[in-house]
Amino acid sequence: MREPFPFSAIVGQEEMKQALMIAAVDPVVGGVLVFGDRGTGKSTAVRALAALLPPMRSVRGCRYHCDPKAGAGLCTECQAMERQAGGEPLDTVLVPVPVVDLPLGATEDRVVGALDLERALAHGEKAFEPGLLARANRGFLYIDEVNLLEDHLVDLLIDVAASGENVVEREGLSVRHPARFVLVGSGNPEEGELRPQLLDRFGLSVEVTTPQDIASRIDIVRRRDAYDRDPKGFSEKWAAEDRRLLERLEAARALLPAVEAPDSVLEMATRLCMALGTDGLRAELTLLRAARALASLEGETTVSEVHVRRIAPSSLRHRLRRDPLDESGSTARVTRAIGEVFAA
Amino acid sequence: MSDSPPAPVSPPASQWSDALLALSLFAIDPAGTGIALRAPAGPVRDRWLAQLRAVLPVGMTPRKMPANIGDEALLGGLDLAATLNTGRKVGQMGFLPASDGGVVIAAMAERLPAGIAAILASVLDEGVCSAARAASDQPQPCRIGLIALDEGIDDECLSPVLLDRLAFHIDLTPLSHHDCPPAGAAQSWAAGLGDVQIEDDVIEALCSTAASLGAGFVRAPLLALNATRAAAALAGRSTATMEDAAIAARLVLAPRATRLPAEPPSDKQEPEPPPPSDDAPPEQHQEADSQTMPPDGAEILLEAAKAAIPQGLLERILLQGDKGPQRSGAGKAGAKRKGGQRGRPVGVRAAAPGRGLRLSLIETLRAAAPWQRIRARDDANPRTKISVRRDDIRVMRVEQRTRTTTIFLVDASGSSALNRLAEAKGAVELLLADCYTRRDQVAVLAFRGREAKILLPPTRSLTRAKRSLSGLPGGGGTPLAAAIDAGFLLAETLRRAGDTPTLVFMTDGRANVSLSGEGGRARAEQDAQQAARRLRAAGHKALFVDISPRPNDQARRLSAEMGALYVALPYASAAAVSSAVTAASKRL
Repeated sequence: MREPFPFSAIVGQEEMKQALMIAAVDPVVGGVLVFGDRGTGKSTAVRALAALLPPMRSVRGCRYHCDPKAGAGLCTECQAMERQAGGEPLDTVLVPVPVVDLPLGATEDRVVGALDLERALAHGEKAFEPGLLARANRGFLYIDEVNLLEDHLVDLLIDVAASGENVVEREGLSVRHPARFVLVGSGNPEEGELRPQLLDRFGLSVEVTTPQDIASRIDIVRRRDAYDRDPKGFSEKWAAEDRRLLERLEAARALLPAVEAPDSVLEMATRLCMALGTDGLRAELTLLRAARALASLEGETTVSEVHVRRIAPSSLRHRLRRDPLDESGSTARVTRAIGEVFAA
Repeated sequence: MSDSPPAPVSPPASQWSDALLALSLFAIDPAGTGIALRAPAGPVRDRWLAQLRAVLPVGMTPRKMPANIGDEALLGGLDLAATLNTGRKVGQMGFLPASDGGVVIAAMAERLPAGIAAILASVLDEGVCSAARAASDQPQPCRIGLIALDEGIDDECLSPVLLDRLAFHIDLTPLSHHDCPPAGAAQSWAAGLGDVQIEDDVIEALCSTAASLGAGFVRAPLLALNATRAAAALAGRSTATMEDAAIAARLVLAPRATRLPAEPPSDKQEPEPPPPSDDAPPEQHQEADSQTMPPDGAEILLEAAKAAIPQGLLERILLQGDKGPQRSGAGKAGAKRKGGQRGRPVGVRAAAPGRGLRLSLIETLRAAAPWQRIRARDDANPRTKISVRRDDIRVMRVEQRTRTTTIFLVDASGSSALNRLAEAKGAVELLLADCYTRRDQVAVLAFRGREAKILLPPTRSLTRAKRSLSGLPGGGGTPLAAAIDAGFLLAETLRRAGDTPTLVFMTDGRANVSLSGEGGRARAEQDAQQAARRLRAAGHKALFVDISPRPNDQARRLSAEMGALYVALPYASAAAVSSAVTAASKRL
């Protein structure tokens, strides 16, 4: 397997990089939705980020790579092991953060998991073979062209993403396992809209466009070409940069629990959401969480208005009610609301 | 590439020699380039494919991939038959990993389902593939050179996802075998690919040429770069020159052109550039900027590319109309993909048959197969050899059987345009917002002057609809007959595809242009009524919204002729039209 493209070598696309890093600092923020043209490096960025993250500690042999510290969040197999161990800590192993592709044509069986064919055929045993959701646990689930995904799969994903748990019930095969993942969807709005229910599941949304000036285009082509010709050498060149980024991420993760949001910022966030008429609490919660993660990324322990302002477009623009008569795009609407709320 | 120009701009001989040149470059770097060949099966294509075998290195035989290949056969997984036979897990090598380092020919690539096209695209991107089933298997290396054979006619064409990733787009449709002399012996190349250096000015020239042609980013310049390197290697150079880059510009960039540089007419055909909002990338502006100061090298490349731009380009831009020049195939993807799913089974799911769902026997048996030993053991008194239970039953999924498509026919003629066009547009947008929550489709036809034009092919995308409507001009005569016929044709097409079309006419009903495009009220009205009767005979649902300031008998009569529901809406607002249409369509 060749080296993934280094995250720090991605030219521009600051909003996308910021959103992905926030999701990495605090997965609770919810997934990231990336809308934009082809060839804007959407999937490259996701893979690069996952490769950047430090390996995670998980229970050895666990098919869902459970976090040994998860306690009640452990899968049934790990819980059984824990009981057996009788207070002894579970054997652990370091595994890379998974990035799982959900291909458009994937069958339901493949996504949720199915009967283990080998054991069923060879030994006549009922056993569960985990699917893509299991593989994505504690990592990233990447769906390219999420807007073209089959409806029944979209429903299924909504359900799992909300509960963090995948439940399979079939003829005595009853399995539930943790499936917490950062959902990263990408797509091109020209090719079909996303259902509002799924839109709302995504914590942040970003819009990527082809870079503006010829100089950065040349830069991108040059880096891409250098990488294609010598992935290893190219990665080494950027290793120091990537390491600095990782340190920043880890520092942010450590800092996050200590980050406080003063009442004035809370109020600001609420007023902003009210001005935009976003339904439900999810918008405000996400806005605050994202602002907190952004503050921690910058090494600050208090969320300020500036953080809210900066993260508001990403956290809110996909939650606006469509207003077909308002010609201005949703980004413009968020910006306008920010102007109104923060001026007051 | 969707239209086949009657008279190609370059003489057939040069087209054929370019097709052969692309083959030679492909042979040098199969995985870095790739070819999309559009040609019907026949002597021309056979000769080209024979040449492919001749130029490939000894020992490398292209492998043919059938269009109906499944995930497991493609990626590898469990060999169900062998596993059942032997009682132990038997793996199956996937077609793609088995082709690592080689050349794959995808036959009838225009028929590839979206899922398979996505797999191929990711393999081309990543150079690895993971098995279809096993959750833990390591990804296998998979560097392939892909040749996609596209036999599509008219609109049917290769998935844009794949097209974007293949360097050379060759169209041999207009050639006859007389134009294609057998090629000489395969050239051998001296320089190794890895040693070819490319100077910065060549990279810059390729980037800016790609930008001024609107050839898309980032794959177009990258693939052009690979082609440049191959061209240098073919010529035995260790440093690529502008000549090599010119070949790449001709073969890689020109077919992707979505605009003609320095030729304003192509720009004029676009509507106003959409505001740089979130749903419209402001790409045009910067491409215009980059055009003002092309470096010297870029000029050479631009000339090379311009000479090879297919003549149909202008029409192509016109046809794709209002979605901006920056992508050639992207907007089509939705339509194409939906087209591929028309009435065809797109997979299976667990459900009880009935209510229009068809049982998929094979998939049901497949689902039941692994359980046989377990059931045989659990079942106290087995009665049958194969035990199939309720959970095993699979039904065919035929995509979007119940989808409805609302076709709006908007009168943009002089008489309507002044007061009602804005309302009509607003109503369409409101309805569209409504439709998209219901997953319904909308199409918009506008008629004015002499003809009716499809402004928006059936879509669910609010973004595209908004964009196409914003560019709708008004004025001219009222070619009602042509409009009804166009709506009828579209409705027929949709019905054949398994959709339920509903036509919504927004007009004042005052026809004054006949089917042949001539003025004169009497003739025009006669034609319109005839067209209306055709529509009724076919049994299409229709709604007639009379948008004239004063409801008139003429419109009412026409509405009756087409068996439509008649709604008069004098001075109604967009919201009122929308709610009337919604209410009326429930009564239809």
